[in-house]
Amino acid sequence: MDKYGEVIFMGVLAGFLSRLLTLRSDYRHYPAFPHGYFTHLALGFIASCLGAVAVPAIAKPDYTAVTFLVLAAQQFREIRNMERETMTRLEETKLVRRGTDYIEGIARVFEARNYLAILTALITSGAAHLLGWQYAILTGIVSIYLSIRLMRGAYIGDIAEVEDADLHFEGSLLMVEDVVIMNVGLPDTRQKILEEGIGVLIKPKDDNARLTLHNPGQRMAIIHDVVSILGTKVDINETEVIPMARKHVDKGYLAFFVLPNEPDREILKQVIRNVPLIETAQGTALKSFYGRKAAD
Amino acid sequence: MDTKIAEYILAIVTRDLTKVAGGGCPVFLAEDEKEQEKMALLLARVLGGVVHDLENGVYFICKH
Repeated sequence: MDKYGEVIFMGVLAGFLSRLLTLRSDYRHYPAFPHGYFTHLALGFIASCLGAVAVPAIAKPDYTAVTFLVLAAQQFREIRNMERETMTRLEETKLVRRGTDYIEGIARVFEARNYLAILTALITSGAAHLLGWQYAILTGIVSIYLSIRLMRGAYIGDIAEVEDADLHFEGSLLMVEDVVIMNVGLPDTRQKILEEGIGVLIKPKDDNARLTLHNPGQRMAIIHDVVSILGTKVDINETEVIPMARKHVDKGYLAFFVLPNEPDREILKQVIRNVPLIETAQGTALKSFYGRKAAD
Repeated sequence: MDTKIAEYILAIVTRDLTKVAGGGCPVFLAEDEKEQEKMALLLARVLGGVVHDLENGVYFICKH
């Protein structure tokens, strides 16, 4: 019995650590410290307990005990719903929205990280059972490292170049290089935009990247991340300087405009490079036969 | 979920009444450019819209 105790302990420890390390409360302001944080840690703990008891249950042998794993795994699907619901509610009072694509992406990640915790716990407790606790520590470290590493996801910086661009007006039209952003009526607002606004170009590296940037959800994610770090001068009923990303219809690159509270061009470019790519928005044209044909 | 009207012209501010016709939207006549800008700004702030310029002496306030 003691042996199983050790096995389960190693599994739970590894699974919980994996959840703890993948739970980062960063500039995206989600989850909010400390209550949202605690909810996820608690769920992560339950997840790792589930993963950890699977190996002893089989070894006992008590095969039917494993079936309850399946039942429990169902519960974790609820996490996605929970996250989605909370974030969608919060959207209504936001001036600059995340967009449903981004929300869906975040919700998925929360769900997946719990499965990762289960898996880490399962593998570690398996190693503890078969090889002993010394090996379990090693396996735990490796699987935690892998779960952080493999689930890192891609960023805008991986698929596109972010370049400086010139902001100017043609009549009443605000332009970033050769892309029309919007019509601005008041001369005072135009003056303000010229003085404090920043424009950049986001140039895709290939056809897949072009399709990704084409997605409005991905653009909303870029805008949301920029605004949550550099701020914006948009206010309720003063939406004239709303940040925007518009594409050049022929050349495929994005022109991005923002009127930030912190007008730092270099930081802005860095922030855009670090915006995560949304899973559901990613273009995959080059993976298909016709996509490759069309590209050349 | 609240319901809103969007992409809709809320008001027109013009210096030249011959440039606007038809109904469905209040039209404000301004004396000069200065008054026109001021009226457009005030209307936009109150209505929560954005001022756009048709580049022919007509401004309109649009809700996005």
